Amino acid sequence: MSQPLSAEQLLGAWRRMVTIREFEERLHREMPKGMIPGFTHLYSGQEAIAVGVCDTLDREDVIVSTHRGHGHCLAKGCEVKPMMQEIYGRAGGLCGGKGGSMHIADFSKGMLGANGIVGGGPPLATGAALAFRNLGNRRVSVGFGGDGSANQGTVFEAMNMAVVLKVPTLFVFENNGYSENTAADYAIGARDLAERCAAFGMPAETGDGTDFFDVYERTQRAVERARNGEGPSSLVFTCTRFFGHFEGDPQKYRAADEVDTFRQTMDCLSKFRDRVTGEGWLEEAALQQVHDEVLALIDEAVEEAMAAPLPDLATLTTDVYTTY
Amino acid sequence: MPVMSYREALTDAYRLSMRKDPRVCILGEDVAGGAGASGQRNIGGIFGPWPDFLPEFGEQRMIDTPISESAIVGTAVGAALCGLRPVAEIMFSDFLGLCLDQIWNQAAKFRYMFGGQTSCPVVIRVNTGAGMSAGSQHSQTGYGMMTNIPGLKVVVPASPADVKGLVMTAIEDPDPVIIFDHKSLFTDKGEVPEGEFYLPFGEAELVREGDDCTIVAISRMVKFSQKAADALAKDGISVDIVNPRTLSPLDEETILESVEHTGRLVVVDESNPRCSAATDIAALVASKGFSSLKAPIEMVTAPHTPPPFAPNLERAYLPGPKDIEAAVRRTLKG
Repeated sequence: MSQPLSAEQLLGAWRRMVTIREFEERLHREMPKGMIPGFTHLYSGQEAIAVGVCDTLDREDVIVSTHRGHGHCLAKGCEVKPMMQEIYGRAGGLCGGKGGSMHIADFSKGMLGANGIVGGGPPLATGAALAFRNLGNRRVSVGFGGDGSANQGTVFEAMNMAVVLKVPTLFVFENNGYSENTAADYAIGARDLAERCAAFGMPAETGDGTDFFDVYERTQRAVERARNGEGPSSLVFTCTRFFGHFEGDPQKYRAADEVDTFRQTMDCLSKFRDRVTGEGWLEEAALQQVHDEVLALIDEAVEEAMAAPLPDLATLTTDVYTTY
Repeated sequence: MPVMSYREALTDAYRLSMRKDPRVCILGEDVAGGAGASGQRNIGGIFGPWPDFLPEFGEQRMIDTPISESAIVGTAVGAALCGLRPVAEIMFSDFLGLCLDQIWNQAAKFRYMFGGQTSCPVVIRVNTGAGMSAGSQHSQTGYGMMTNIPGLKVVVPASPADVKGLVMTAIEDPDPVIIFDHKSLFTDKGEVPEGEFYLPFGEAELVREGDDCTIVAISRMVKFSQKAADALAKDGISVDIVNPRTLSPLDEETILESVEHTGRLVVVDESNPRCSAATDIAALVASKGFSSLKAPIEMVTAPHTPPPFAPNLERAYLPGPKDIEAAVRRTLKG
């Protein structure tokens, strides 16, 4: 097969995927130390989806994320250090410490926010796409959701609305097998999620969420349709998460060896590395160098975040309104 | 000054705003009407506020939607984040339950939760209130619940002039605004300034000046309070009537100054009484204006029941001029 992306693009994708993985693995080790406030939902295992989707987008395109949003943020270009500060509740965080893990946003990067409400984001993605349609530009929006969000009425409404208004948006469902503690196989009555998406009147397909190239190619086609005024699409990517629903989740609902098995068989990073080195597109040494750089950056980010100043108490009451 | 109905003022305000700013669009059920149907297109909205908006502004800006309140508001909110100035119409305020997440957790939170990175200039317009025997699910208000939400501005126009001035301000406001247009006021007439007209948020109107009691009345209750005031005047009792115009922000100063002058307060709201705009205003005066009070605060509200259907029951449910008059007289006995 011919090389689908330049070496630079491939190395960039690797950097973003490894950044997400190491960011999350590090948070998993840091959480029990008690310095990170609140609820955190890790993205480990799903990296190929965030990066495969966002690498098809331009900076001006926008995404709306979920409670499991760190991966989407990093894939869309949020900087590691201000993200880490946000998660630690520090003044230098992307949201000044007022958002936290579930509400990271960076509008300058087209990242319109992680969202603590399952199913809260897709209607916003439809709206962003309506703005792009009415303003006459070629931007697109992506609404991410999990298999859990796929059962929310808000998502059904957003999908139908997008079809009716024929707006340039993508609904990306990451089926990691679990809606919190409940299996997707149990909770999705239709079984075939893509078929249900298609029933709303848009192209819908299922891809391998552990294969960066599969995600990239399917998304690229959907983005192209959207940019050409052909309306919305849905993409369902099967994947797994390497951690629990939230940090601290004992995961009693998963078989004892499930995660270990999936780490062996469904690791999107291993698959990517094997593919790009096997095809001779990238050298192992280059991948390793990026990996080392990422680890150093995350070390620094954690260290700096723990030492960073807390939000000024005066900010408690600022930015509720623009004017009041 | 021209005289126009509440509905005509509404039409005037939106038409001027849409002519002024091409980013303004209106989306909701039947806002143009007749999309995809075999008969007439361009119905002009269910309560008729958008006559001939479709030919003037086109389908991109007069957007008929499916019956999907959550997606109507969510789409408007998302569009507001990306450069439009959308107005989402929710046909009855009772339907706010269907889209509460997009108001409460999304639009109203973004600026704060994202550390001031964005504003969210969306307007949500709802038809509100009892008086049409529309029953329990088409007669409620809901502005009390909305006033409880930080990040959201809440507008309650009581007159045609209010409608025009507050709508035009709402559309240019950078924050999420919800406007409760009272459906039993649509045919009421009043003087309305010509051309662009803006009323600032957080500035109450002193509708009537008097010495013996302050009436703070919301929306349609301003009109009923004026009738009560006319009756009281025959006995030499004069009242201040304060129309807050916006519940969030609330013009506390005008209310407190009036009570300081009169020493008595009657709050009139057709909503249910618990955790309501009425209790909020009563609490304001009790905590910040207690030393001015010569009598206990009176609240005239609906009972704590759903709005009933039968016309005689609905009349009993709604506060009327006589209830307001009696409440004022009670404060004067104290």
